[in-house]
Amino acid sequence: MAETNEIMISLNDVRFKDILAIDELTIKSGAVTALTGPSGSGKSTLLKLFNQMITPDQGEVTFMGADLNEYDPVELRRRVMMVPQTPVMFNGTVRDNAVIGFTFAGTEPPPDTAVKEMLSRVHLQQALDEPADVLSGGEKQRLALARALLMKPDVYLLDEPTSALDDETSRGVIDAFAAHVKANGQTLVIVTHDNALAERLGDWRIKLAGGRVMAIEEGTAHG
Amino acid sequence: MDEALELSFYQVLAAYVFVLILLLIVRLKGIPREKEIVIATVRMTLQLVLVGFILIFLFENIHPLLTVLAGVLMFSFAVHNVYQRTNALIGPRMKKIIALSMAAGILSCLMFFIVAVMNLSPWYDPRYFIPIAGMIIGNSMTGITLGVNNLNNGMDAYKDRIEGALMLGAAPKTASKQVLNEAFDAAMLPTINSMVGMGIVFLPGMMTGQILAGASPLVAINYQIAIMLGVTGSVSLSVLLYLHLSYRVFFNDRQQLTLSEKTK
Repeated sequence: MAETNEIMISLNDVRFKDILAIDELTIKSGAVTALTGPSGSGKSTLLKLFNQMITPDQGEVTFMGADLNEYDPVELRRRVMMVPQTPVMFNGTVRDNAVIGFTFAGTEPPPDTAVKEMLSRVHLQQALDEPADVLSGGEKQRLALARALLMKPDVYLLDEPTSALDDETSRGVIDAFAAHVKANGQTLVIVTHDNALAERLGDWRIKLAGGRVMAIEEGTAHG
Repeated sequence: MDEALELSFYQVLAAYVFVLILLLIVRLKGIPREKEIVIATVRMTLQLVLVGFILIFLFENIHPLLTVLAGVLMFSFAVHNVYQRTNALIGPRMKKIIALSMAAGILSCLMFFIVAVMNLSPWYDPRYFIPIAGMIIGNSMTGITLGVNNLNNGMDAYKDRIEGALMLGAAPKTASKQVLNEAFDAAMLPTINSMVGMGIVFLPGMMTGQILAGASPLVAINYQIAIMLGVTGSVSLSVLLYLHLSYRVFFNDRQQLTLSEKTK
């Protein structure tokens, strides 16, 4: 685990099509970074650069000091885990979906108590044996958060994690998620339209527009 | 063995009445398909007449090179047909995988069938080799075509699911597993269906042919059972090999799904 406020991810002179042009950007370890900006400003594309779902046309992206190209992409994605805006549910129950990362990796899934504990953090513990594809959009997002938590990555990349969550409980879920991540010394990057959320949780707030970094602000949440 | 009942020229000619009836119907119904029906009928006739002469030549000049040449031509035609019938653009790498998978599946099953099952001597006797090769190649061609189309469509339709699995740390093969399984099912379905319906829903062509030619039904079913198993082996082996090799084409060396370059 990296020390807090070390450089976790850095971008240097990165270009991607006509979507992103970023001269320099760093994501600090152990912190919550909120990426904000209007639609089409390149926020989601930027997240995909961090876990090599896409590769920049030029420039360098590093993770823990080493070029991303030096990592095995599959291993990298287990350490830098992305939760997309519309999470994918696989055939099976909520439980099956919660541990699917372990199924994919061919490793021993965590004990049922750990699965239940993570699901209770997102208020889904009672849905354990329900088929995952009947969940509502908001429930799927929450399940995707629990699924990522169980994998214990170094970095979480959340793309609009609250887009389908509108009630008070759901806001509580994301705040608790951020608190849990920080307490464990993990790093969190959240793409959001929700300025209140960025203000509330962001140790760092990065504003994008037209694929460029417009501002980097240190948040009041930063300790 | 009873003598086969031969059809005279005029008897065959009489069979064209069926096509005339079909032409009459489409004309009356106003379905604009006359041209296609005529072309298909003429093609079928010319191709079979030509094949008849070729087979006579091969049967009278038994030589391993000639038999192999015939097999290679049949195989090349089948591979070309797969390229034509796949509904998506396939690149040179995919074409190589298709040809390689078909070659490996067909060749291994055909040789096993000829040498181990039939114990044919000489192994290149065209009277046996060519019809058996034809059935194995033809069915493998159908299977691979279905496999290619279903893999292409599946990769497209399940793009989000595959990328979702990649984001959760799945390797490309694991992420594509569902698409691969469904493509395998689709490719095998005609073969499985024909095994299920065999003898009840229809009498297969080879068996019918042997019975018409005067063979005992028992001889005919023995051949049919063996060839059906050989065909199943060849189709499944070709398709499995194809799927095992081809999913990689959809991913680049950074394990990204690269079918449509969507970046959002």
